[in-house]
This record gives sequence, C-alpha cells and structure tokens, in this order.
Amino acid sequence: MPFIEIRDISKSYGALSVINCLSMSVEEHQVVCLIGPSGSGKSTLLRCMNGLESIDHGEILVDGDRITGPGVDLNSLRRDIGIVFQSYNLFPHMTVLDNVTLAPIRVLRQSKRTAEERGIELLKRFGLADKAKEYPDRMSGGQQQRVAIVRALAMDPMVLLLDEITSALDPELVSEVLDIVRELANEGMTMLLATHEMGFAREVSSKVCFLWGGSVYEEGPPEQIFGDPQRDRTRVFLSRIREAKRI
Amino acid sequence: MPSGEATHQQARRLTIGGMPSAPTALFFVALITVTLVVAGSWYTIATMGRALRSSQLADWLVTATSVLLAFASILVMLPMTRAFKQWMNVRRAVARNDAIAARVARSGACDQCWIAIGYTLAQFIIVVACQFLLANNQAVAKTFFFVPLMVGTFPLVLDAFWLNVEIFLIAEIFVLIWGLVVALAMFAPGAAGKPLRIIATAYVDVFRAIPAVLVIYLVGFGIPLTGVPIIRNLSLPAFVVIALTFTVGAYVAEIYRAGIQSIHWSQAAAARSLGLTHMQSLRFVILPQAVRHIIPPLLNAFIALQKDTALVTVVGVIDAFNQSMVIAANHYNLSAVTTVAVLFIVISIPQTRLVERMMQRDRARMRAGSI
Repeated sequence: MPFIEIRDISKSYGALSVINCLSMSVEEHQVVCLIGPSGSGKSTLLRCMNGLESIDHGEILVDGDRITGPGVDLNSLRRDIGIVFQSYNLFPHMTVLDNVTLAPIRVLRQSKRTAEERGIELLKRFGLADKAKEYPDRMSGGQQQRVAIVRALAMDPMVLLLDEITSALDPELVSEVLDIVRELANEGMTMLLATHEMGFAREVSSKVCFLWGGSVYEEGPPEQIFGDPQRDRTRVFLSRIREAKRI
Repeated sequence: MPSGEATHQQARRLTIGGMPSAPTALFFVALITVTLVVAGSWYTIATMGRALRSSQLADWLVTATSVLLAFASILVMLPMTRAFKQWMNVRRAVARNDAIAARVARSGACDQCWIAIGYTLAQFIIVVACQFLLANNQAVAKTFFFVPLMVGTFPLVLDAFWLNVEIFLIAEIFVLIWGLVVALAMFAPGAAGKPLRIIATAYVDVFRAIPAVLVIYLVGFGIPLTGVPIIRNLSLPAFVVIALTFTVGAYVAEIYRAGIQSIHWSQAAAARSLGLTHMQSLRFVILPQAVRHIIPPLLNAFIALQKDTALVTVVGVIDAFNQSMVIAANHYNLSAVTTVAVLFIVISIPQTRLVERMMQRDRARMRAGSI
C-alpha cells in the first residue's frame, strides 16, 4: 500500500473545475515532482493535501488514514504535513527564530528552550545561524525561503509539500534553496513539489507527474518523462519549456 | 530632399538657450507686497501696544514687546535684499554677455522673490487674525481671550477637566477591549459562528448610525428611569462611560476589522498550515501585524472620543465644558470656554506626535531602508 494515496479527487471553485478526478500515489521517501502549465492544478493539489482547501469528491489517504472529508482534525494533520509557499509567507513581525519556534511552542507545546535549541540547530544546518535574530524583510528572498523551509521542518513533518518555492526568487538565489531540497531528498524526506525547475525535477525526483486540466496526464520516472514522453500534451509542454531554454 | 532635412536639423536650437532678462516685474511685485504687509504689521503692532497699555501691563514691557515685534516683522525684507543683489548680478552678467551666470543669478533672484512673497503671505494671515482680535475696540480679544478671567478661573476649569480625562481614559480601555470582542465576533468562523457574525455586524451598523450625544442622553437619563437593579445605582459619569464605550466601540470594531482584513490571507494560510488554530493564528500572527496598521485610525477614534467627553454636558455632568459655560454665563464672557479648548489641544497634540514616533521606530526595526 502506498504511503500517500490520492483517489479520484475533484475540486472546483464555482463553475471552474480545478482538479478533475485526479489519482496518484507516493511511496515513503519518494520525491514526486508535479509539473505542468499554470492552472493545471499543481498548487491546488498541494493545498488540498494540507487541508488549506477542501475537496469536493474523492479522498486522500496518508499511511492508510483518510485525511480529507468530515471529522478530520486538520490542525493535527498539519503537524505532520508541512507546506512551503511560493511567496515564503514568513511572519514579518517576528524574528527568524520566532518564526521557526512559534508552531513548536504553540502547537507541539514544546518549552521555549527546547524549541529554540532545535530551531538554532536547524538554522545552523542550513547556514542561517547568524540570521536567528534578524527580521525577514531584511533578508534576501533566498534566505527567506530557506527560513520558510526550516520553519516547516521544525514541526518534524512526515511529508513536505513545496509549492513552486523558487518561482519568486532571482535566478542567482535559486540554487541555495534547491540545495536544501536536494539534501532533504537524500535524507529520505517524503516530498511533493510543484516546480518549474525542470533540470532540478529531473535530477532529484523519483517520479514526475505531468498535470493537465486538473488530472495526472502522464507520470513516470524522470528519464522517461523528460527523455521520452509518451503523450502529446506532455511533448508540447516540454518542447515549449525547451524553447524557453528552461531545461 | 536630404539636404533640406539637414538644414532643418541644424536650424533647431535648444529652446532654453539665449540671454535671460532680469526678473524686474516679479521683483517689484514682491517688493510692493512686502512693503504693504510690513506697513500693516507696524500699524497692528502700534494698535496692540495702545490696547495693552490701557490694560494694567507695565509700560516698559509693552514698549519692549512692540519694538521686538516691529523688528521681527521686517525680517521678510531679508530675502528681498538678497533678491536685489541677484537682480543686480543678472544685469551685470547680461552686460558682459555671460548667459550662464545670468541664468544662475536670475534663478536665484526669482527664488528669493518667491520666498519673500511666501513668508509675507503667512505674515499677512497673522496680521489679519490680530486685526480681528483688535476689532471693535478689542471686543473680540476680550470676549475670547480675557486673560485675567482665564487665569482666575483656570483652577476651577482644570479641576472639572480631570473628570473629562477620567471618563475618556476609562472609556478608552473599555473601547479597546469591547471593540476587539466585537471584531472577533465579526470573524467567528464556520456555520456555528454565523449568528455571532450577524449580531456583531448589526450592532456596528446600528451604533455607528446613532449620534453619540443621543446615546449619552438615552443612557444617562434612561437607565436611571428603568430602575433595573445594580445598574440604576451607577453614577452619571459611569453611564457616560457606558454610552461612549458602545458608540466608539462600534467604530473601533470596524477599525480592528479593517486592520485584520488588511493582513494578506497568505499569512493566515501560513499560520494554519503550521497547525495553529484559528484563535492562535489570530493572536500570534494576524493581530500583532494588524495592530501596527490600526494604530493611526485608532488614535483618530480616541481623539474623537476625548472630544466627545464634552457631550456629557447634556446629562448635566459638571465637566470642563459645563463648568466653563457656567463661568461664561456668570461673567458674560467666553474666555473660560477658550481655556477648555486649549486644554483639549494640549492633551491631543502630544499623543499624535508620540504615536508617529512609535510607528517610525517600529518600521525602522522591521525593515531595512525604512520609509
């Protein structure tokens, strides 16, 4: 049985159908990349998995447990499934360390000391120890996004969802963020990432899903999707990306 | 025709080129304005001196003040002398055909002329105001600013003013809490929160519509009439505090609501995604940021509230305004009311400055290159 199983989910905003009978599965320690044109449902899928959006039909199972539908404690679900956003969404009125320790203290009921020790340790690991007392708005986008990842990691999540985390960054800052993701992948963190960094997706993922029109249009190992896509839309999408020199 | 085009290109010259002329017209306009206003100032100072001498002020003091003011009033001549020098410079530069120097001098002369005119206009407004005070044998000054009466009744007015201060301080504390409670009710989540949301919105709509003076009147005279136990025994100022809390609380709830909504939804999403509950994300993430946005409008509401304490007069509480009206009736002179106005000014301005300073420091802390 796969670690994450998404069964036939649908989601629409009024008349606009965003996710349409989407099914996929993720094994533990796998890194799955979601690629596809904007509006194909990548972000919405991630937000549904974190309970930030509700789904209309279908269900999502994690480790055999249903995490969607009525009766699910979303607050405890979110302790185990972390998400990092495209626009970092750090709390601007708090220092970096306070950003990282807020949830461990308030949600996991850790003592301030334990949380801060762990927070400092994580910041050190990702080269941000000297920024602990800094405010987010005084840092570069790359640094802010690394802090956002650390903030999600401080909750010790079982799954990490990364929603186009490099899209808002200047090109020269992208690699410092991707290095962290690569490191997490090597450690065996289960991750789902929506991304436009095709080269990175090819290198880091165990599986690539091409989303189109709100469902998985084609999936497979990265060599196959990028090297020998089987279906038309995937080919068209990838050739456009190639024309734009983004691979 | 290519050659024709070339001539056309060559024929064009920069429009700003050429020898400027001295700004004679502007200079004379400025000079006349300044002269007239200085003359008006001296006339006013002389009238004021006569008026002050007839009151019991010492002669030498009046003379010294008048001389000082007379000197101050001719300070606007200073830019005119500079303008004159520059005007001469323009003429000299034109004579030796130095266009650049002439341009520089001309712009300096114009600047100084305009500065003189600007300051003269301000002085003119002050002179007009003084003339109004002196009008009709200083009737205006005596009616509003009769110093002996103001000094004599100051302790009485100040004493009554403490009641205003007490009312608004207590009301402000209540308003802060009550407004927040109502605002949070307006954001009560889910289907369960719907009735609360409706009631809170209805309350805000109703109390923002009713004039504060009506609420004070209704509560202050109405509650004692109802004879409801416990609250009927409250003092009159307490009723006023209640009335003001309900009225201003509606405004402040709206301010809180706008502040909470001004925080981008992605902040709430980030907080909730970390497992924080609705209340936790409000308390630790949304409200601390909203507070920074709402401080300026909150201060406005508070200053309005402070001024509204003068409305307690309608239920017969002896506050500063009521006290000063009694004095005004007794002496047939409004100067004590002016004292109240001054007291309100004195408490209001420092608050504005203090909050401005606080906001600046906060911005500097959170952002590089603060605005």
